[in-house]
Amino acid sequence: MVRELRITPIRNGTVIDHITNGLALDVLRIIGVRDLDKDSTVSIALHVRSGKIGWKDIVKVENMELSPRKVNAIALITPSATISIIRDHQVREKRSVDLPEHVTGVVRCPNINCISNQGEPIESDFRVVRRRPVVLRCTYCDRQVTDFLKHLA
Amino acid sequence: MALKGRDIVSIRDLSTDEISEILDHARKMIPVAEGKKPSDALEGRVVATAFFEPSTRTRLSFEAAVQRLGGRCLTIADIGVTSMRKGESLYDTVRMLSSYSDAIVLRHPNEGAARLAADASDRPVINAGDGANQHPTQALLDLMAMQEAFGTLSGLKVVLLGDLKYGRTVHSLSLALAQFGSEMILSAPKALALPEDLRGELDALGAKISEEPELKRAVRDADVVYVTRIQKERFPDEGEYRSVAGSYRVDASVLEGAKPQLIVLHPLPRAGEVDPEIDRTPHAAYFRQAFLAVPVRMALLSSILPPGSGG
Repeated sequence: MVRELRITPIRNGTVIDHITNGLALDVLRIIGVRDLDKDSTVSIALHVRSGKIGWKDIVKVENMELSPRKVNAIALITPSATISIIRDHQVREKRSVDLPEHVTGVVRCPNINCISNQGEPIESDFRVVRRRPVVLRCTYCDRQVTDFLKHLA
Repeated sequence: MALKGRDIVSIRDLSTDEISEILDHARKMIPVAEGKKPSDALEGRVVATAFFEPSTRTRLSFEAAVQRLGGRCLTIADIGVTSMRKGESLYDTVRMLSSYSDAIVLRHPNEGAARLAADASDRPVINAGDGANQHPTQALLDLMAMQEAFGTLSGLKVVLLGDLKYGRTVHSLSLALAQFGSEMILSAPKALALPEDLRGELDALGAKISEEPELKRAVRDADVVYVTRIQKERFPDEGEYRSVAGSYRVDASVLEGAKPQLIVLHPLPRAGEVDPEIDRTPHAAYFRQAFLAVPVRMALLSSILPPGSGG
């Protein structure tokens, strides 16, 4: 008999669905799975058929809810993602990620000479100057950034 | 006045109307800058001039502007004599300066330093150059030199020559010229081309821009040649600098056949890009341009700190 291993439902935690195909591992990097409770299960589904976006990835993390900063970072790399908060096996909250006008502390400025990279007591800060595709401009040095994955803080 | 209490970090912080207003005001300040007319517009004011990078003209012209208007300066001209040498952050240094002065003029080698200072300070901050990024008050005096020579800024053909990559004066000036509808001809070695994102921003503003690496051809129909020094101090390595050093020079042969009213501007210091033989021709406008730094900075400071606006 062939046993099929499926992703089991979680009691408490977060489901990040509709991740752009191939970006699940980057989403995990943003979430910071190393910092999780050692008893938490992390499930990843790669290349799943989706009616909405063709192919997608899904990440489920037990016993964790995402900070607004992490949601912003996910919005940057995969604006199609949706986030569901699960409590006692029930979906308590479901929403699309939404990119704010400013993204703070999420991306490092690629300009090594930027004042935000000099150990000053400030956080990186970018204005969203375009949404599709996303283009950010450093509030300090004005450098534009499009390749966020390389520069996640 | 709309500029009261404002930070001037980037030329983007000023609208076309505000720039025109500053230039009008600066024209009226010329007799004061020449010492022919007294003014007490900044009486009782203290302006901190904090220069963490070498400067001759910018610092001295700001200080001349403050003193001609009856104000006083607190000057940092050498990082070695400050607590930054002991590891104090720029943020803390600016917090302290803002409690000792009414406005801060800052030059710093890191891009974005002036924006950080504006966030840290509850007094207005004027960017006097942040790394390779912006130098907005230089752009204002560059515009004034052009306006004085031609009576207008719109429709002028301006060649931007040299280090367009690291030259912060060009970064500010090109944005201002785009606002005023001047035409720009970029003439630079490939390795020193205008940064791509700035070029994109200028295109989005509808700027009229073309490229002509061959200098003599670029100059042919131009009204202004704006020459810049190769910013040696900003190159990541000496080899890269050597590959472009001495790659352009404006001399009499370049200006042969140019319009008689063409002016040559340079933010100075020059390091061989403009032959001294040009100094003796009517084309040379760079020393006048350097003088205009004083009335422009007077106009700006007295607009940001108008009389009776409190300490």
